Amino acid sequence: MQNNILEYLDHTVKQFPNKIAYANDKIGFSFQEVYNQARSIGTFLNTEGIYKEPVVVFMSKHPKTIVAFYGVVYGANFYVPIDEEMPLVRIELILKNLKPKAIICDERSIEIVKTFEYSGAVYLYDDIIQTSIDEVVLHKVRENSIDTDPIYVVFTSGSTGIPKGVVACHRSVIDYIENLTDVLEINENSVFGNQVPLYFDACLKELCSSLKFGATTYIIPKSLFMFPLKLVEFLNEYKINTVCWVVTALTMISAFKVFDKLIPKYLHTIAFGSEVFPMKQFQIWKETLPNAKFINLYGPTEATGMCCYYKVEREFGFDETIPIGRPFKNTDILLLDNDNKLAVKGELGEICVRGTSLTLGYYNDFDKTNESFVQNPLNKSYPELIYRTGDLGRYNESGELVFVSRKDYQIKHMGHRIELGEIEVNVNMIDGIKSTCCIYNNENEKIMLYYVGEVSTKEVIANLKKRLPRYMIPNSIEVLENIPLTANGKIDRAILKERINIKKKGK
Amino acid sequence: MKILLDILNELHPDIEFENHNKLIDDGVLDSFDIVSLIAEIDSEFDVAIPAEEIIPDNFNSAKALYALIERLSDED
Repeated sequence: MQNNILEYLDHTVKQFPNKIAYANDKIGFSFQEVYNQARSIGTFLNTEGIYKEPVVVFMSKHPKTIVAFYGVVYGANFYVPIDEEMPLVRIELILKNLKPKAIICDERSIEIVKTFEYSGAVYLYDDIIQTSIDEVVLHKVRENSIDTDPIYVVFTSGSTGIPKGVVACHRSVIDYIENLTDVLEINENSVFGNQVPLYFDACLKELCSSLKFGATTYIIPKSLFMFPLKLVEFLNEYKINTVCWVVTALTMISAFKVFDKLIPKYLHTIAFGSEVFPMKQFQIWKETLPNAKFINLYGPTEATGMCCYYKVEREFGFDETIPIGRPFKNTDILLLDNDNKLAVKGELGEICVRGTSLTLGYYNDFDKTNESFVQNPLNKSYPELIYRTGDLGRYNESGELVFVSRKDYQIKHMGHRIELGEIEVNVNMIDGIKSTCCIYNNENEKIMLYYVGEVSTKEVIANLKKRLPRYMIPNSIEVLENIPLTANGKIDRAILKERINIKKKGK
Repeated sequence: MKILLDILNELHPDIEFENHNKLIDDGVLDSFDIVSLIAEIDSEFDVAIPAEEIIPDNFNSAKALYALIERLSDED
């Protein structure tokens, strides 16, 4: 039985040594190159005494970064991807949580690391791939690995202002990749166009699927997602036939009428997720590519990538939303009502996940882990964990699961999961801010920030850009005389939401 | 031009748009900004920017973007 994700690579490199595994618009690595360089990194880390440790990979989005991930795992360590676009304050919070002994850098990021308060080892990718591979050492660390050992820690937004590191193990990732590739019908002829950042679990869809089947993944330059016609030109140039993108990346193409000019002619499998696909835009895609497969994916990072899927095979009316469907094989969804009983048909309940796909929890944070990874309330007889997503859903008349809303103030914006509370905590840290409230305007998809204080909007935004990732910066900001409160003293979000509607009508 | 600068300032109050000419190259604007801008330009100027005009050269400065709006309104 397979118990390590690297077995995919060990196997694929024999079948397709010279085929391109990972590439961007300038450079590509064959499976043989990935295999050799990753094993050099694994050997190097072992000789440095780094074993079963978190290893930070702080590099720009590049095929080398992916090789570094596997290199870390070859040494029986687990990788923690950090992006150069993350603000320093956030990176320092992450390092404080991890206390890593090693960081792997590229030539650009190694300069940035020097400014960190960090005393561990710093390695340059181009140097450590020169290490001669020690087969005996690699074999030994593999023999001592088990499938519940972690592969990675990825950090997600936390409502208290501190990002949470989700730890996933080999067994969960293997379970995910086996079932995902089955649903998407991936094979050696699949050519992926990667959109999602490498510092989230979302990129496993392409990275690990390539590894398993010997398929090729092209990293699409981020800037192309601003210029939709150029984006489709890229898809055609590299004959990309499979994409797993956030909805906003897809709607940008359809909404700007790119299909009148150019059609992504090789594209046959389109997976999307993280957000609701506006039906009008979906219909444009469907009409343009009537023979393509469209699959809606749903799942929290805590349940390893995605855990539910829905193949769109029937017609949808403009007022309908695409269901999140059903769980992958070997995953179970419990829809629990307020009394922790199974919601009956049509009733609202919290989506809870049960199965191998559950990650190990939050790194160095047992309290947060115990809040969300809890004993299955339906099982009184033996320990069994479920993950409470905080998402509310219900079953429609066809028995398909539909996402309805959130229980709390977590939102999805441009495919990113954001706790509005984390933005508020960071605004409150700015000198001169008295109070603040952040809400999400679903209609124009803007993060709206309101605050009371003697600080200019310009200063607030400039300050936030130092602390928060780009995608968490409010899109609209307004100073108020006071923040409306409810009778029992809580921020009255309903009044602020009404304010948006009044403003809109006044225009 | 003032209306356009107002729209840009609403998106990023911390940026001096009047003299900036590398809005794309320096990563000031992202894909969300481009989508918002195109929608705002459509509603404020009644100008629909076609796909082939959504290119870096037209979005690198407020001046270039304004020139595009003027060119497209003349064509109507």
